[in-house]
Amino acid sequence: MSESDPTGTSNGSEIPSASPRVGFFVTCLVDAMRPSIGFACLKLLEAAGCRVEVPATQTCCGQPGYNSGADDLARKIARQVIDAFLPYDYLVAPSGSCAGMIKHYPELFAQDLDYLEKSQALAAKTYEILGFLHDVMQFRPQGERYQGSVAYHDSCSGLRELNIQTQPRALLAEVEGLRLVPLEGSESCCGFGGTFCAKYPDISNAIVSDKARAIEASGADTLLAGDLGCLMNMAGKLSRHGSKVMVYHTVEVLAGMADRAPLCAPEGSGD
Amino acid sequence: MQNTSAQFKSNVARALQEPNLKVALDRTTGLLRSRRAQVIADFPEYDASREAAKRIKDHTLANLDYYLELFEKNAVAAGAKVHWASTAAEATTAVVEICRKHQAKSATRVKSMLGEEIGIGEALAEAGIERVETDLAEHIIQLAKDPPSHIVMPAMHKTHEEVGALFEQYHGHPVDRDDIPGLVESARQALRPKYFAAEVSISGANFLIADTGSIVTVTNEGNAELTTALPKVHIVTVGIEKLVPSMEHCTILLRLLARSAVGTEITQYTSFFNGPKRDGDRDGPEEMHIVLVDHHRSEMLGNDLKEMLRCIRCGACMNHCPVYGVVGGHAYGAVYPGPMGAVLTPAMTSLANAGDLPNACTLNGRCQEVCPVKIPLTEMLRRLRQKQYSQQLTGKVTRQGLGLWGLFARRPGLYRLASSLGVRALGLLGRRRGALRSLPGAASWTRHRDLPAPQGKTFMTLYREQQWRGER
Repeated sequence: MSESDPTGTSNGSEIPSASPRVGFFVTCLVDAMRPSIGFACLKLLEAAGCRVEVPATQTCCGQPGYNSGADDLARKIARQVIDAFLPYDYLVAPSGSCAGMIKHYPELFAQDLDYLEKSQALAAKTYEILGFLHDVMQFRPQGERYQGSVAYHDSCSGLRELNIQTQPRALLAEVEGLRLVPLEGSESCCGFGGTFCAKYPDISNAIVSDKARAIEASGADTLLAGDLGCLMNMAGKLSRHGSKVMVYHTVEVLAGMADRAPLCAPEGSGD
Repeated sequence: MQNTSAQFKSNVARALQEPNLKVALDRTTGLLRSRRAQVIADFPEYDASREAAKRIKDHTLANLDYYLELFEKNAVAAGAKVHWASTAAEATTAVVEICRKHQAKSATRVKSMLGEEIGIGEALAEAGIERVETDLAEHIIQLAKDPPSHIVMPAMHKTHEEVGALFEQYHGHPVDRDDIPGLVESARQALRPKYFAAEVSISGANFLIADTGSIVTVTNEGNAELTTALPKVHIVTVGIEKLVPSMEHCTILLRLLARSAVGTEITQYTSFFNGPKRDGDRDGPEEMHIVLVDHHRSEMLGNDLKEMLRCIRCGACMNHCPVYGVVGGHAYGAVYPGPMGAVLTPAMTSLANAGDLPNACTLNGRCQEVCPVKIPLTEMLRRLRQKQYSQQLTGKVTRQGLGLWGLFARRPGLYRLASSLGVRALGLLGRRRGALRSLPGAASWTRHRDLPAPQGKTFMTLYREQQWRGER
């Protein structure tokens, strides 16, 4: 439908065509720390038949402000995201946390009818990448290989706000050579929590120490999850322990891009 | 108990250095979590019951005045005396006056968090009345002179080895510290004579049933029944939010309470007390007093903490909380720990006094996922943060950090420039190893873990380069 919508003002109420126009929300962490996750997403979205654009005015989803109770600040950033992404059929982000945040936007605009409606429209077409690929695009990876045993951590926001649980596992099951192993406590928080890990570093450390032990105990050689914040936290702890477990975002494996160095490893040390 | 919520950070530091604490927490929370998961998997009506429970509580709270009066009428008709207390002091004064009137030298007590909340222990001590805690865990912490660290398992912070050492010291005979039934027996022998000596018993209540005037207690030890049956006087102290309209409504909540709290379909003992001993009854107290306590509840009813009044004190939120799981209950410095405590403590003391509690949470949402009455705990904690921010209670460093972040996040051009420069610098520092072991300004991160080095350029830079090369 976006082809017949040159003004780009679709509000998500129409049924998108087979090749929908996706606004890719990079997220600030992926932008800065691990752009390969972003490129893996572009590859997968295109393979799934989407036309992807990356709006240049995006920065952050506003979550640091929202979670600190600074709603005024969060609102200003939310308006920016809404203005940039409302024209697309979908907003897709490689993070359940940021996608979940965008779904909270309507709470910020209770007293602003214009943006209340816009934020509701955007929230309705906002997706986390794996949920989007699996549920909306019905995408399944073809001919991808990854030789290894994989522990999958369910990042909290994706799991509890967006029901991302079966989709990544189903997509990973299509990858040849990849063996999923159970991870004890895969649904319990890794202790990242955004600003939490900076405000309460010792509590965060105690939680991620338990998580690192569980990952090691799983016997997996690779850890995957869908949120870079959690991945950095867990990879950082594993690396400090001298662990050999390789840490990637799920999309990197699905897109066949795990030839890059895993988190916390120098380039050239990838799988 | 002495409130130390304001010293949360030093409480945490102490807790994290206590090696036995983690052992004790892992043993008990691990067991409670797995048992709960199993019993809920076997309970197909769980979701429907949760929804019904939420509606029952909301309905009762919306008509609290009506149901309170109905309860009073029916309790009085059953022979009980009803006392109203709007503050903790009014409640403890009522209790002490009843004890004095009966010249009580000792009072046996059944565990009740409301009792802790209003400070019954301190009030009895001041009045010179011996307090005998009959709940096993309460007996342990009474000996250890500890406050409770969990609302259902008040001695959760103690290992059975520590309990054994305590019993040896106070029960006056050697015990096998690994023989848990033996430890229970030791407590039973120490407590038994005290049940008969007490002039007054004091309990709480898990529910108040409006249309019968009954109070309900739930235990696994049977101590509520023995405690309240022997002395001449039974005093109940209970929060007004514990009301339910009828027995039928109560059973819906009971099914959720046992499963959520201890992972069983029903507790060993569920007792309904309907007034004192009647003519022809063989046992029971001659007088039953019910002290209905407000203590900030009607305030909460009128503000955005209203949903917290649905709480049935099962403790599932703390059993599933990653923060509680590593710091334990004492770190919160208040009667109610964990997620529900982080909401209640600021309401019962002050937000300024308990500033860390709403913040010391990763907002992972597990607590509200397991809450049997669907309290939106994460959202409530965030609302408290909002209040802190608007009342200028948020720390200076956080405010300045947010201000700086906002400055860049609202200016995409500036943001791109700053992020690409920062990322390039960070990339150079960490490229060789792939990670940074220390980074000035990020010590709170690198003290405990490595920081993955960024890949080099930002996504936005690389994407634009691809566009220039005509690849996009």
